[in-house]
Amino acid sequence: AAAQSRPSALQSGESLATLKNESDSLKKKLEEERAKLHDVELNQVAEKVELVSALSIRTRRVLKGHGNKVLCMDWCKDKRRLVSSSQDGKVIVWDGYTLNKEHAVTMPCTWVMACAYAPSGCAVACGGLDNKCSVYPLSLDKNENLAAKKKSVAMHTNYLSGCSFTNSDMQLLTSSGDGTCALWDVESGQLLQSFHGHTADVLSLNLAPSETGNTFVSGGCDKKANVWDMLPCASVSCRLYDLRADREVAVYQKDSIIFGASSVDFSLSGRLLFAGYNDYTINVWDVLKGNRISVLFGHENRVSCVKVSPDGTSFASASWDTSLRIWA
Amino acid sequence: MADAPEQKQRVGGEEQVEEEEEEQEQPEEDEEEEDEDEASEGSVDSTEGSPRMTLAARRALRALKSLGASVDPDDDSPNMIVYRKIEDIVMFIQDEEEGVPIRTVKSFMTKIPSVVTGTDIVQWLMKNLDIEDPAEAIHVGGLIASQGYFFPISDHVLSLKDDGTFYRFQAPYFWPSNCWEPENTDYAIYLCKRTMQNKTRLELADYEAENLARLQRAFARKWEFIFMQAEAQVKIDRKKDKSERKILDSQERAFWDVHRPVPGCVNTTEMDIRKCRRMKNPHRVKKSVYGLAEEPTQVQSPVHGPVHNARKGTKEDLEKEIGFLRHQLDRHCMKMSKVAESLISYTEQYMEYDPFLTSPEPSNPWTSDDCTFWDLETSKEPSQQRVKKWGFSLDEALKDPAGQELFLKFLESEFSSENLRFWLAVQDLKQRPLLEVAERTQEIWAEFLAEGAPSTINLDSHSYERTGHNLKDPGRYSYEDAQDHIYKLMKSDSYTRFLRSNAYQDLLITRKKPEAEQGRRTSLEKFTRSVGKSLTGKRLTGLMQSS
Repeated sequence: AAAQSRPSALQSGESLATLKNESDSLKKKLEEERAKLHDVELNQVAEKVELVSALSIRTRRVLKGHGNKVLCMDWCKDKRRLVSSSQDGKVIVWDGYTLNKEHAVTMPCTWVMACAYAPSGCAVACGGLDNKCSVYPLSLDKNENLAAKKKSVAMHTNYLSGCSFTNSDMQLLTSSGDGTCALWDVESGQLLQSFHGHTADVLSLNLAPSETGNTFVSGGCDKKANVWDMLPCASVSCRLYDLRADREVAVYQKDSIIFGASSVDFSLSGRLLFAGYNDYTINVWDVLKGNRISVLFGHENRVSCVKVSPDGTSFASASWDTSLRIWA
Repeated sequence: MADAPEQKQRVGGEEQVEEEEEEQEQPEEDEEEEDEDEASEGSVDSTEGSPRMTLAARRALRALKSLGASVDPDDDSPNMIVYRKIEDIVMFIQDEEEGVPIRTVKSFMTKIPSVVTGTDIVQWLMKNLDIEDPAEAIHVGGLIASQGYFFPISDHVLSLKDDGTFYRFQAPYFWPSNCWEPENTDYAIYLCKRTMQNKTRLELADYEAENLARLQRAFARKWEFIFMQAEAQVKIDRKKDKSERKILDSQERAFWDVHRPVPGCVNTTEMDIRKCRRMKNPHRVKKSVYGLAEEPTQVQSPVHGPVHNARKGTKEDLEKEIGFLRHQLDRHCMKMSKVAESLISYTEQYMEYDPFLTSPEPSNPWTSDDCTFWDLETSKEPSQQRVKKWGFSLDEALKDPAGQELFLKFLESEFSSENLRFWLAVQDLKQRPLLEVAERTQEIWAEFLAEGAPSTINLDSHSYERTGHNLKDPGRYSYEDAQDHIYKLMKSDSYTRFLRSNAYQDLLITRKKPEAEQGRRTSLEKFTRSVGKSLTGKRLTGLMQSS
């Protein structure tokens, strides 16, 4: 109650200690308020929901061709092509359906940690230890040297950890080890917006599906996932956080799962959560009931990236075992 | 209060490695001679008399203890968290009461000290980690082995087999949580000393011999030094009890199997480069197994970036935080029960569209090698299922090009298509390259908002004013307010009517199956057909009634 009636700390220029106290009391109040809304657990309410019938998910395609750990991948909107990037500096564009390698680019740096497919399907973006994000237009002419047409778009002061085209080929969103995320105009290379909110390396980002489409979430080494509306939450394991309740609504864990998850994605209905782990497996969780439905073996080293295809018919996984797998 | 069994002598290697023991020198013995029993029975059992503890209880205990201790920020790193979890398991699995049976096994003329079978480990993991499938237990056990916490005594490859193969536990000294990064000089000393000891069990494997040859070339100039160190190590080893040496030798070998794995095996010490660059405590890293003096100019690893000094909360940071917290308090949040219901109903609504839960018609291209499903989804003739989805939300209708087209046509029939066209124009604006933005904003103004514009949209005066103001410095987001207002208008007004319209209802009813071959039909045609059908039905029943 005291917090609201006091004059703003900003105006009275109070000491560090007083500010700390105010911050602490607000935090406590926030916790209490949120706790009042916590009337039930998600899995309790979900008891009435029918169980998911046994899934028979298997590897349907294995994409071999990278010489070293595959660090990232992204689907093309056409639901069958994908782009992947590796520690050895190679970026490959595949037709996942036919296993055909359609394009390959050698980056000047190793550890290409991020790659993304443009919505038009005509370009890919990638970057890593070079601290940049470059866009390569995909030429139909096989003989054309893609590297020659490369366009440097983003510049950070530390490694590039993630990149994603927003709604068109013209804007690129990046996250970096320098603790920031940024939005760039692809054509001019100009920085459009910069997002400072993490206190350490930003490791990943993901766009939210929404009508107007400009919300995204970023996760960092500061153990925060920020929704750019600035919403911090501590997150070390697989957790589901609901923005409307402003709290964690489920944790997906098991005694036998010792290693951390590197990447997650939802199935189209949101009922299933696919999570790739550092123990080489992929676990499929029932989002509502909280139990693990199945564990998928196949990769021979850490799973670095998991993404569901645009129409939800499959999901792809990239691994340190140098391969990618498509599961359905 | 029971303590974690770190001091147990069961895996006797620990102390011998760290300290040089003044034991009586023992002559070189032949492998086949009778060995003394392992002296583990004389160890102090610190858990004696204490109540049995479950894995969860031990974890909680460790957590409590760590609260008092000073927290090293590195302890929270993902690797450390994993190591702590594994260590909880590894300590519990060696528990006298609740663990696996570790014993000395008699074999031919020798005794094999301190071993357990693979099957025992697998069974224990299934029971204590709540695992139903043995394959999963083998997988987890294999990972724990590959991290270096236990190992097969007769193999360099660190995996777990569900059979009578013997395994031994690693000494805590060699645990990965000690941040080992052993140098090649140490590895060279190790391989060198192996060749000095005349024991079949210490013979180098092919890949080790190759490694040794390579190291000899690389360290040609300091080979004398390495050789001397190796000799010194052999001398130290000789002083130890025979049985303990067996154990120690195997633990040492297992350590190197982790840090210099067999070619083809996963190197579990490989780190994600992003974590490397954030290493806060390079001084915590242990580099030498054999206690070699640190070189005066320690070359900093090129991947270790500058230490990220944790920023102490400045006044500015706190003020920002306070502002944020106040904002959060003002937020209207939903009760968990409501959120849960919302999540449940969303998943139920979309379940039939989720290929993992409902098999797509005619089949999932990935499992059947038949692309028909994809062809149908992109066709201009939408299936009933697709049409139904447009009714979920305005967003869904607009996402599908066919849905968007139909909605536009409907709005045209109501003379309010400018709303959707405006909305689409603003979406397009946000996707344009920077150079085109200013021009496009003007075009949109001229078309939709200016006085006497050809397609004036109906904006409230407040939004209108604000938009006008935004355009003084035109940007991609100049029309956000206006777009939001128009969207809400369409959603609450036109969209609901659209769903009740004949155009939409017809598509919903007539298309039971995807008909890819069907030619285009106009709304009227479809209407006539459906009316005709219902009339026929009425006539038939009429006939039946009258007869």
